[in-house]
Amino acid sequence: MPEKADALLTVENVHTWFELRRFGFLRVGFVRAVDGVSFSLKHGEAVAVVGESGCGKSTLAKTVLGLYRPTQGTVVFDGQRIDGETGNLKKYHSQVGYVQQDPYGALPPFMTIYRILDEPLRINGVRKRAEREKRIKEALSEVKLTPVEDFLYKYPHMLSGGQQQRVVLARAKILEPKLIVADEPVSMLDASVRVEILQLLQRLQRSYNLAVIYITHDLSTVRYFSERIFVMYGAKIIEEAPTATLLENPSHPYTQALLTAISDPDAKNADHIKEVPPGEPPSLLNPPPGCRFCPRCGQAIAGLCEKEMPPAFELAPGHRVSCWLYRQAAVKEKEEEKEKAG
Amino acid sequence: MMAVNANSNANAKTNAGAGTDAYAIFRLENLQLYFNTRIGPVQAVDGVSFSLASGRTLALVGESGCGKSSLGRAILRLLPRNVHTYKGSIFLNGTDVMTYSNERFRRQVRWVRMALVPQAAMNALNPVVKVEDQVAEPLLVHQRVKNKAEAYSRAYEIFKVLGLPQDFLNRYAFELSGGMRQRAAIAMALVMHPELIVLDEPTSALDLLTQSNIMNVLKKVKWEFKSTFILITHDIATASELADDVAVMYAGQLVEKADARLFYDDPLHPYSRKLMASVPTLRKDKKLEFIPGQPPSLINPPKGCRFADRCELRHERCAAEPPMVTLPDGRQAKCWLVEQKAREQHA
Repeated sequence: MPEKADALLTVENVHTWFELRRFGFLRVGFVRAVDGVSFSLKHGEAVAVVGESGCGKSTLAKTVLGLYRPTQGTVVFDGQRIDGETGNLKKYHSQVGYVQQDPYGALPPFMTIYRILDEPLRINGVRKRAEREKRIKEALSEVKLTPVEDFLYKYPHMLSGGQQQRVVLARAKILEPKLIVADEPVSMLDASVRVEILQLLQRLQRSYNLAVIYITHDLSTVRYFSERIFVMYGAKIIEEAPTATLLENPSHPYTQALLTAISDPDAKNADHIKEVPPGEPPSLLNPPPGCRFCPRCGQAIAGLCEKEMPPAFELAPGHRVSCWLYRQAAVKEKEEEKEKAG
Repeated sequence: MMAVNANSNANAKTNAGAGTDAYAIFRLENLQLYFNTRIGPVQAVDGVSFSLASGRTLALVGESGCGKSSLGRAILRLLPRNVHTYKGSIFLNGTDVMTYSNERFRRQVRWVRMALVPQAAMNALNPVVKVEDQVAEPLLVHQRVKNKAEAYSRAYEIFKVLGLPQDFLNRYAFELSGGMRQRAAIAMALVMHPELIVLDEPTSALDLLTQSNIMNVLKKVKWEFKSTFILITHDIATASELADDVAVMYAGQLVEKADARLFYDDPLHPYSRKLMASVPTLRKDKKLEFIPGQPPSLINPPKGCRFADRCELRHERCAAEPPMVTLPDGRQAKCWLVEQKAREQHA
């Protein structure tokens, strides 16, 4: 784990399991949506969580937001635990912003933009009407919904998808949070609008020194946005690295496959077939005991990968991979360190 | 409209004359599809013309609401009830199938000569019918096989090509994963070996790796059966996996059509250029751009160029509708700047 002193958010060994209950009291099992995830986030840092649907990335986001209580593990924000009964969730929620995936679903259809942005301010005790109005207008002009007066009394359905998402963004930042969790903020939008929203988010992040957790399935947008990447597969983080390192030197076979699978717009793509692992991600109801990518992995080590869960090996500072292929590298490094020390 | 027509005719000729190894199997001429709404007709597809050579894949790209899916459905005459106008010509191997009655179209064209792989295939399969029955059904309905056993064996052959295990034939749609369901939907379209297959966003609801796998399957089908596809998608990057030609739609109209190699290197139309610049790339660093504003309403579209409002390069001439201009290298674009370029090159 990186130094905790300057950490804004520390997630340690978090498990979020959902119980399946069938036939009255008979316990059937758990869906292990997040299964032992640890990371920490500094002030003002933008990280991305990348993974396919069903890998647990949205559950992780909601756990971090305090919307789900983790089954096990701790979430510490600014020195305060927010995972248990003791946490002051109202105060916490005023310090984190949430940008949802589907802007239309996230905005109440019966409220005007003014009321949507007014509500968080009222709940959090901004008493003076004039000040609230000032802050609402500021927030709207910051997300480039100008002239502000044109938008204040509109309803969400009167806006386009990109404009709706900007309202969501304004709502997320209006309380001046320290952290924004953006769960697939652009996946519902058209390509030409996507970049605009991402740039807005980036500008907010930089000018307010916000920490941002950007959750996405689209690796190609990540490089323009975040400093570090976590790759999730089967409810676990399987690789974490600084963005440039991960894109240049993807180490986990799954990350490698993900990078191969992404197409750049290039007519030459049509000439050859890509090598992509077949199959589907594992069921999180009953995940395989060993490495979760093992059944689809072309480089699996027989007798090891399917039996034992690989720990995280550190390849370089900040670059950790949970894959048995790197066990030797890790052992070698330790020996070298010993030699140096000796 | 006349100008558009004349141009596409001319282009069809030049295409054939330019020595492409195949002939134009499919040609649209001035296809229009308007829908009735309470506030007036929506011009979803407004005068689209293009031609497609046999064995080639046309990627039809555009943003949501540009009419690309409506165009796909218009080609197969799968129309909702609120149709206002539906006219134009659809030439399939030289015959205008628009002149066919609905019944004749159903018997002789739809699924026999043209098939569709619908968007969100997971919902396109019937949940209470086994996959094998769904895939074999068109063969039985159109009486292409003597008995059920032959139909099933044909379905099995298609399954083999698509990488579906044989025992999946005996299952129901809900027992399959997303990728497998998508394959089953492709099998349904493929089983009659139609001359043209319209793929409407075949991979957009799938995971990245599955998406890649489906694209591989489609490539194999294309190479093995020499199939002619129209691939409708919003994703320019993924479209490049399959495309031989690219057509860009904007606000119900075709604004550019070009060979994929030329298009991906250097798009002509200002809209295509901007769209390309907004696609993030993984391997190359580039400055991303976005297009400010939003597409015009299709109920009352602007008179001149429909992109003019959002275009940085607009000038006085944009107030009039630009014609579809063909450059000597075969690229076509609906823009006054391209028209100027064409004239300069000609002179």
